[in-house]
Amino acid sequence: MKGVKKWVKSRKGQQTVIIIAFLVVPLTLLILFTYFPFAEMIKFSFYKMKYATPPAKRQFVGLDNYIKVFQRDDCFRALKLCGFYITGAMVQLVIALYLATVLSFKTRGGNIFKGVMFFPFLISGIAIGYIFKFFYTRDFVFDTVLQWCRFQLDQLPYWLRDQKVNNWALAASSVWRYFGQNMVLFIGAIMSVDSEMYEAAELDGANKIQQFFHIILPSIKTIVTLNIILSITGSLSAFDPPFVITRGGNGTGTYFVIMSDIAHTDQKVGLACAMAIVLFLIIFVATIIQKAVLKYLFRNSNADDETYAMKKKRLKGQKRRFITIKTAAAEGGQYR
Amino acid sequence: MKSASIRTKKHYEPKALLSIVLKYASLLFFTFVALIPLASCLITSFKTEEEYYHTNVMTPPENWFYFGNFISAFQKANMGRAFLNSGIILFFVLSGAILIGTSLAYVLNRFDFPGNQLIRQLFLFASLLPGIAMQVTVYKVMMSLGLINHLYGYIIMSMGTDIISIYIFVQYMENISVSLDESAFIDGASYFQIYWKIILPLLKPAIVTSLVLKGVGVYNEYYASNLYLQDKDRLGVVATALYTFTGPMGSKYNFICAGVIISFLPALIIFIFCQKQIYSGITQGAVKG
Repeated sequence: MKGVKKWVKSRKGQQTVIIIAFLVVPLTLLILFTYFPFAEMIKFSFYKMKYATPPAKRQFVGLDNYIKVFQRDDCFRALKLCGFYITGAMVQLVIALYLATVLSFKTRGGNIFKGVMFFPFLISGIAIGYIFKFFYTRDFVFDTVLQWCRFQLDQLPYWLRDQKVNNWALAASSVWRYFGQNMVLFIGAIMSVDSEMYEAAELDGANKIQQFFHIILPSIKTIVTLNIILSITGSLSAFDPPFVITRGGNGTGTYFVIMSDIAHTDQKVGLACAMAIVLFLIIFVATIIQKAVLKYLFRNSNADDETYAMKKKRLKGQKRRFITIKTAAAEGGQYR
Repeated sequence: MKSASIRTKKHYEPKALLSIVLKYASLLFFTFVALIPLASCLITSFKTEEEYYHTNVMTPPENWFYFGNFISAFQKANMGRAFLNSGIILFFVLSGAILIGTSLAYVLNRFDFPGNQLIRQLFLFASLLPGIAMQVTVYKVMMSLGLINHLYGYIIMSMGTDIISIYIFVQYMENISVSLDESAFIDGASYFQIYWKIILPLLKPAIVTSLVLKGVGVYNEYYASNLYLQDKDRLGVVATALYTFTGPMGSKYNFICAGVIISFLPALIIFIFCQKQIYSGITQGAVKG
């Protein structure tokens, strides 16, 4: 007994106590709400069951659920919809890069422009859903604006019903929501570029466009590449706009919208789990490819064209870059 | 922002003038794009029923001080209750997440123990799992633990899934010198005191960052709150309060717009006063490494 007390008082003992005390809660939560459900998900994907089915009555069906994911029209077609969101994300990236560059130079009212464009990011997905349902309603906001530009109402499609345009309309709402946030990210990155570089470039007679391609873009390429990559995984799991604006109707149901319906409305838990696992595998493979691409792209960032900010980053070592990617990956939830 | 603006010489040759015009025209265009959905919502929220049905959506309301829609939206969607619940959830989730995140980061960064790397990897891997897909089985867990339809159940679940903050804290910890801990330990402080009195105050910038990121996420989360707080009369939060307007109310946009504006008003006010912290939170959350 006395030995234990003495050990607890010793340095090693104190360390052990604090390590255990500080690990218990986070690990419990991590296991309870992440790893246990994940394991259950893998297990359920081999069963035919509902939420309320008692364990004894669940029916083991082997790979049936997985086969169904690829056979059912609604699941597989839904995956193709991510193309709309990837395109949207690319447009968003270009807009954000342009605006970030412009606003990094001296601009009158720069803060107001920045604030207005960023604010949509702070609005909840459901509120945005209502705003855009209203926005796209026949003869409402969008149609009115187009009529100001001399379009005729009868030439305009029903934005949310017409299958030729409705997925673009939804992807556009996602662009509206995130382009300001992307812009703020890029402004942050551009700010770390040494401003002496612009002065030097200007003395050499480089114009703004040349400055962008030769100074700004190279020094923020890490974050730009990261964003491109994230938009792909984010687009695969696109969820918010179709879920709240169209409820997945008229051919707008993305993969997760279909999955959510299958799980909570149809109560086909096994199938929904198989869908989740399939998408997870796709995302996982995509992430591994992305990491390889990143490594390849930055394999020879030698001292010549490396900017100050990049150098600083690189010196912090490989491991840290890995963490950055993953942090941003966690942030990637933004596109969902 | 001031440090970012780069001073350029003023010269007004035609070419330079053109580029200035183009620059401001494009800025105005995108500001217009960002504003128009919100502005149309604001206009509509001030319209009486009569005006709403008989005028174009972009026609300004006759009376900019007609608050009838706001009052009835607030009452119909039970917004008072929703703000209270959201406030309670925000308070507990944020303080819980900060305490859990900082203490975990402290232990992971300062002590070398078997399993340290494994735990880091577990958290990294968890960030790859898509959140909405996970709800299929998290729902099952919540059901068997009896945590559905309880504020505390929702709070516990929301605290557990915070992985971004943990990264931010771990990364920030690396910049806090270990010699601080050492000298405090020699002075007789316990490890808990070192965490509480030295590390936690020094982590303040990282805490602000994660408060911003997590706060926005929690306040706006509607999918999980819809799933786990099903008793809307008692447990509605701001994000789900807007669901009241589906169904028969689905086309009365004068109410809906008022409800939407009420729901983001707190975010707008906080944004106006804490712009700097929010911007740096957003940038750090993704760039810091």
